[in-house]
Amino acid sequence: MSEVIQTRLWLAQRISAVVLAVCVGIHLAGIIVAVQGGLTAAEIIGRVGGNGNLAMFYGVFVVACAVHAPIGLRTVLSEMTNFEPVSVNGIASAFAAVILLMGLQAVLGFLGLGGG
Amino acid sequence: MIAGHRNHATWWAFALHRISGLTLAVFLPVHFQVLALALDGEVVLDGALKWSDQPLVKLAEAGLIVLLAAHLTGGIRLLALEFLPWRNWQKTLVAVVAGLSAAAGLLFLLNAF
Repeated sequence: MSEVIQTRLWLAQRISAVVLAVCVGIHLAGIIVAVQGGLTAAEIIGRVGGNGNLAMFYGVFVVACAVHAPIGLRTVLSEMTNFEPVSVNGIASAFAAVILLMGLQAVLGFLGLGGG
Repeated sequence: MIAGHRNHATWWAFALHRISGLTLAVFLPVHFQVLALALDGEVVLDGALKWSDQPLVKLAEAGLIVLLAAHLTGGIRLLALEFLPWRNWQKTLVAVVAGLSAAAGLLFLLNAF
């Protein structure tokens, strides 16, 4: 793989890391607050369902995950396995697609639930 | 066995960042799948939430919280190392990472039980 692409992946990893630092900080605080008294589907759907601002937040979160995690996975696979580079890139790309599609499905699904 | 030259706080920080990153990557599709259950109706999602109410599952969730906090704070440490001019306080960041991650896990446990 060319050095230009390697450098771009490194940069994409760092830019997505900065976005994720903000998202994960908010998400962690949200989890710790929301888990008090237990979680119910009605409570989660009531809070997140149909909320455009939260859908925007989680949409950005999902896209940043879909950039960050596969690049990290690619690095780990290329450093710690004997897989061919083409296989490593294939696995990382497929993983990016899975994260993006499953994540956006959840985000759009909750947006469509319309305020519980 | 960990070779002597690797038995160092910053090597363990590297190992923790890698292990936490891989674990979180594996967990993400599971997390999205559980969330998508809400689209099949509240009852379906409530079934999964009820399962997650077991003490051992809560402990495992606390473990994930610790790993998420460790990957977050360890990642910020890496960004500081790569993008900021070197300062001596950066040496203490490994301890800060460990402390904040443990605190996040404990806060979760206190609220979850």
